[in-house]
Amino acid sequence: MSAENTTPNDHANPAVDGSELIRFDKVTKRFGDNVVLDNLCFDVASGKHVTLIGPSGSGKTTILRLLMTLVKPDEGTIKVAGDYLTHEEKGGRLVPAGERHVREVRKSIGMVFQQFNLFPNMKVLRNITEAPVHVLGMGKDEAEERARELLELVGLTDQMDKHLSQLSGGQQQRVAIARALAMRPQVLLLDEVTSALDPELVAGVLDVLRDIAHTTDITMLCVTHEMGFARDISDDVLMFDEGRVIESGAPEKIFSEPEHDRTREFLSAVL
Amino acid sequence: MQWDWSAVADFMPRFWDGVLVTLQALVLGSLIAFALGLVWAIAQRSALKAVRWPVTVITEFVRNTPLLVQLFFLYFVLPEWNITFSALTTGIIGLGLHYSTYTAEVYRAGIDGVPVGQWEACTALNMPRGRTWTAVVLPQAIRRVVPALGNYVIAMLKDSPMIATIGALELLGQARQFSAVTFQPTEPITVVGIAFILIAYPASLLMRALERRLVR
Amino acid sequence: MTDLTTGLWGLLFQGVWVTIQLTVLGAALGAFVAFVVGVARTNRLWIVRFLSGLYMEIFRGTSALVLMFWVFFVLPVAFGWQLVPMWAAVLSLGLTYGAYGSEIVRGALASVPPAQREAGIALNFTPWQRLRKIVLPQAWPGMIPPANNLLIELLKGTALVSVLGVGDIAFGASLVRNALGDSAPVYTIILVMYFVIAFVLTRGMRALERQAKANLGQAPERSRLFGKGRPAAATSTGGK
Repeated sequence: MSAENTTPNDHANPAVDGSELIRFDKVTKRFGDNVVLDNLCFDVASGKHVTLIGPSGSGKTTILRLLMTLVKPDEGTIKVAGDYLTHEEKGGRLVPAGERHVREVRKSIGMVFQQFNLFPNMKVLRNITEAPVHVLGMGKDEAEERARELLELVGLTDQMDKHLSQLSGGQQQRVAIARALAMRPQVLLLDEVTSALDPELVAGVLDVLRDIAHTTDITMLCVTHEMGFARDISDDVLMFDEGRVIESGAPEKIFSEPEHDRTREFLSAVL
Repeated sequence: MQWDWSAVADFMPRFWDGVLVTLQALVLGSLIAFALGLVWAIAQRSALKAVRWPVTVITEFVRNTPLLVQLFFLYFVLPEWNITFSALTTGIIGLGLHYSTYTAEVYRAGIDGVPVGQWEACTALNMPRGRTWTAVVLPQAIRRVVPALGNYVIAMLKDSPMIATIGALELLGQARQFSAVTFQPTEPITVVGIAFILIAYPASLLMRALERRLVR
Repeated sequence: MTDLTTGLWGLLFQGVWVTIQLTVLGAALGAFVAFVVGVARTNRLWIVRFLSGLYMEIFRGTSALVLMFWVFFVLPVAFGWQLVPMWAAVLSLGLTYGAYGSEIVRGALASVPPAQREAGIALNFTPWQRLRKIVLPQAWPGMIPPANNLLIELLKGTALVSVLGVGDIAFGASLVRNALGDSAPVYTIILVMYFVIAFVLTRGMRALERQAKANLGQAPERSRLFGKGRPAAATSTGGK
């Protein structure tokens, strides 16, 4: 393990006093021979907004997918709010978690995808109410009431009864944000949420996210190429390269005076 | 469940006779289906409505009605018109005619798959229509349709026992005749059923492999 | 055709009713088998996948008529299970065409983008909820055109039961033929009867498909004379 990989604890997350919500402990992930994450350790404290930056293929998205249990780590453990995510303790030993345990821990995590991944078989409102009703057991009226509030938050109240095919990409992504928030997650994972959008639709989506970042206490983990947005909302920025965190710190520091050459190269390429 | 191996042994000579007749029906039926299907497919692209329309009606009608009833029709009605064939010949004609309506669709899809630019290039080169078909369109279309045609040969194999109902002694016909004599239906019918699986399964694996190789 | 008396017409129409019953019941059993086997083939346990795959290969591999003979003649002798002919017929048809249908179900499930399953995980749905609420509704419209082809095959397959003495249209025709001593009219009539039933079924399935697509907010496609989604090029995964 490289020295850099342990350092994020020191400055990226001032709160190492046990209030961390997410903890990656020596996580390794390979796809075939390709090591995507290499013995990675990092924590995210509750309520923080952390942005992951770095060249594509550096493992940023894999971190979000690991947290969402869409892929499983090859080595190491991930804890969310103190519970193991993909393992559970049985008789003092760590064993791969069963579906029930995974679903219990996963409750606190929401995700917004690059390609929205809305359900085309449901209209806008039902995309948002489906999971609260059938996963959380919320009453239908309550779920719809909440969905209306969320649609208002993302500025789509008038689109409620439409099919997805009638919405623009930016509108669909805002529905997807509302859908994720409807589950009242403690952690929101944002996976390049503006990358699939036409340039003129990006600002609307980012405005909604800024609003959420500034008005709620939801912890955010964000993979993005929108550096201005990252600077606005982040408490910490982690720079990834080749499966490792090579540098981390407050956005002002990373963006204005990066220490690492790779960071400097990367930023000059994207800014 | 009783199983009598000696009944199986007694059945085997008839079984091989049946295999020969089944294969004969399959090969000749396929040839008719391949040739006639191509005629249907080309006729359906004819510029003349008077050609296109009747061909569409005939093929839709034959494809959407039971092969079994068509076999009865051929077997009982043709002699009334003083056309007489043996049961096997009637069966082969029936199989070939029925499946030609499926192969016609296969060819049609294959021909549609040839880019419009190919036709336009032929026009630009002032090629005669026959030459356009034989030198440009069909060679490109056939390659893509081989696996689909193969699948219909397998389907025809599985429908071939129907010709036993008009008296052709293929596999099922032999099994029926054997059990009518010995009163032991279990062994011959089971053997015939397994024989179909043993032929059809490897054949369908082959077609899947061909599909991967030839299509795209 | 004037020779056909009311009584003989009655025989044919009784046959039509039996054929419709066989088609509907066979399709119901077939659809049930198709969904169970098709979903099982996507199961994460290899043994479930293997057994459902084995079922499909066996029932698709053998000939429907041979299977029917087996159910009618071998089951009673070898196992002592004597079924009412009508139910033996429905059983053979449903098991055979269900095996073909399972491939339609599996293929349609596989065509739903994996991202949809991931979104279901992100919203913490159970695997069963993901299947029922997200994957199946999206797979459904794609199943209808090949299912229509299979339904027509099933309708044509019902004629096989006449060989075994079940009184369907084809069986009625053989009775009428014996009474008339003339084959051409009666076989022409019943071929037209089958064609009309097939036409009605196809129209019904087209309507179902339009509705299913509208539910996904997709525009329906224009149809040809006899319904579009014909087996343009049958693949090893398609019907028949």
